Amino acid sequence: MPEPLLQLDDVEARYGPVKALHGVSLTVGEGEVVAVLGANGAGKTTTLRAVSGTVKRSGEIVFAGNRISRRPPEAVARLGIAHVPEGRGTLTDLTVRENLRLGAYVRRDRAGIRDDEQRVLSYFPWLELRAGQRAGTLSGGEQQMLALARALMLRPKLVLLDEPSLGLAPMVVSEIFRIVGELNEREGLAVLVVEQNAVLALEASSRAYVLEVGKVAVEGSSAELRRNESVRRSYLGY
Amino acid sequence: MLLAFDWTELAQQIVVGLASGGVWATLALALVLIYRSTGVLNFAQGEMAMFSTFIAWSLVHHGLSYWAAFALTIGISFLGGVLVERAVIRPVEDAPVLTVVIVTLGLFFVVNGAARWIWSPEVRSLPNAFSTRPIDVVGVAFSIQDLGTIGVSLGAVGLLWLFFRFTKLGLASRAAAVNPEASRLLGVRVSWMLALGWGLAAAMGAVSGMLTAPALASFDQNLMQPVLLYAFAGAVLGGIDSPFGAVVGTLILGVLVNLIGTYVDWIGTELRLPVALAVILGVLLIRPTGLFGREAVRRV
Repeated sequence: MPEPLLQLDDVEARYGPVKALHGVSLTVGEGEVVAVLGANGAGKTTTLRAVSGTVKRSGEIVFAGNRISRRPPEAVARLGIAHVPEGRGTLTDLTVRENLRLGAYVRRDRAGIRDDEQRVLSYFPWLELRAGQRAGTLSGGEQQMLALARALMLRPKLVLLDEPSLGLAPMVVSEIFRIVGELNEREGLAVLVVEQNAVLALEASSRAYVLEVGKVAVEGSSAELRRNESVRRSYLGY
Repeated sequence: MLLAFDWTELAQQIVVGLASGGVWATLALALVLIYRSTGVLNFAQGEMAMFSTFIAWSLVHHGLSYWAAFALTIGISFLGGVLVERAVIRPVEDAPVLTVVIVTLGLFFVVNGAARWIWSPEVRSLPNAFSTRPIDVVGVAFSIQDLGTIGVSLGAVGLLWLFFRFTKLGLASRAAAVNPEASRLLGVRVSWMLALGWGLAAAMGAVSGMLTAPALASFDQNLMQPVLLYAFAGAVLGGIDSPFGAVVGTLILGVLVNLIGTYVDWIGTELRLPVALAVILGVLLIRPTGLFGREAVRRV
């Protein structure tokens, strides 16, 4: 089996004195979409934050051959991990264009950035019309798409996607998941997605982990988990 | 009486007001810069500017021309501002706002004390940056000093605007001020952006101080204390979170204070500071966001 792109080994994380992850191990392969499911407070968001370095963590995290468990978020981003955080991380006072430009902040290849701008606009053509508008004035769904578009401007190897469906209308949500699927298929983008909506996440991913109180309770292929009735009942609640 | 109104004098007084407003604008911009990134008012901003001015005085004293000292002092002040942020503000970066405010108050006394310790209390003056002779513009005599002061302060403001608007680093520092956590995820070194902000603020303050001093017959370590108050009043008038507002606010205040001082006899030059304080009070009562400040637009 080839080295996975991302590997978490017995990762713990804490907010001050409160431990939020009690030894999580998971992998994401090259070009794979992996879902992290679980109830509120199970540690889904914290898992993503542990990878990007926005929470105090310990244990082993290896990304593309680099140990990143001690690196700060700005360094993790430079390795090619784009984290679309909870709440979308919109830079509200800046324009849509400036938000996109900042997505490529760590890159130096001007020509590549221009190409990627065109590529990203092909997925989200409406962004061009709103380029000069302040990002804070976009609707929630538009901001979520902007956050994803901005993440792509990094030309990442891996996108961490935190609750993309949160607070959005079903149609917007399915549009976002459609685009994520397309990016994965066409460009081999690896995605680690956290979702409350298990049905949606299991459809979009090839493998999934179910977290319970900061630990992996169940893992398997998404198709398997969808079929497994006891898993569905006890962990996914449908 | 009304027919005999002296329009020439009005024009002259407006220019005099714009000159003081311009000087205040540079310091106000320094305040706004730090307010936007750290959410606190840097009470030491005026003292830092005073310190810079004393550095400039020392350079001139050692034989440099005013403008050479001016340029060099801006550079030194920038580095000093970065250094102050790293040494004093960094340790309280995550502390509550009140803690940071207290630290800047402490900084006020430390910088003031240091300036008194290094430079003995004696009468000092900086040479005039501009020719003191008047210049005739469409029949009205203006002072070259005032016009030059307006030009230099607005030039500094303009350069700063270009930096924030058109450079990658400027964009990143604006992002860091708006949403530090999201900016870090994009690879922006937010902590260094704060230091950069302090450096730029110190440099702007230096411009303000070095334009204030030559206009005075002599100056001491209290040089910038009234300027800080005017800058603050102007920034509040324009909107404390708006760089554009801070500049417009201080220019308006400069003209206002000067015209009131000229035409309202009982106020004269003695009661100019209270006028500025009245402006602060009035703005906070009537329109707390100032002329151009705004409530954060946010949709969730």
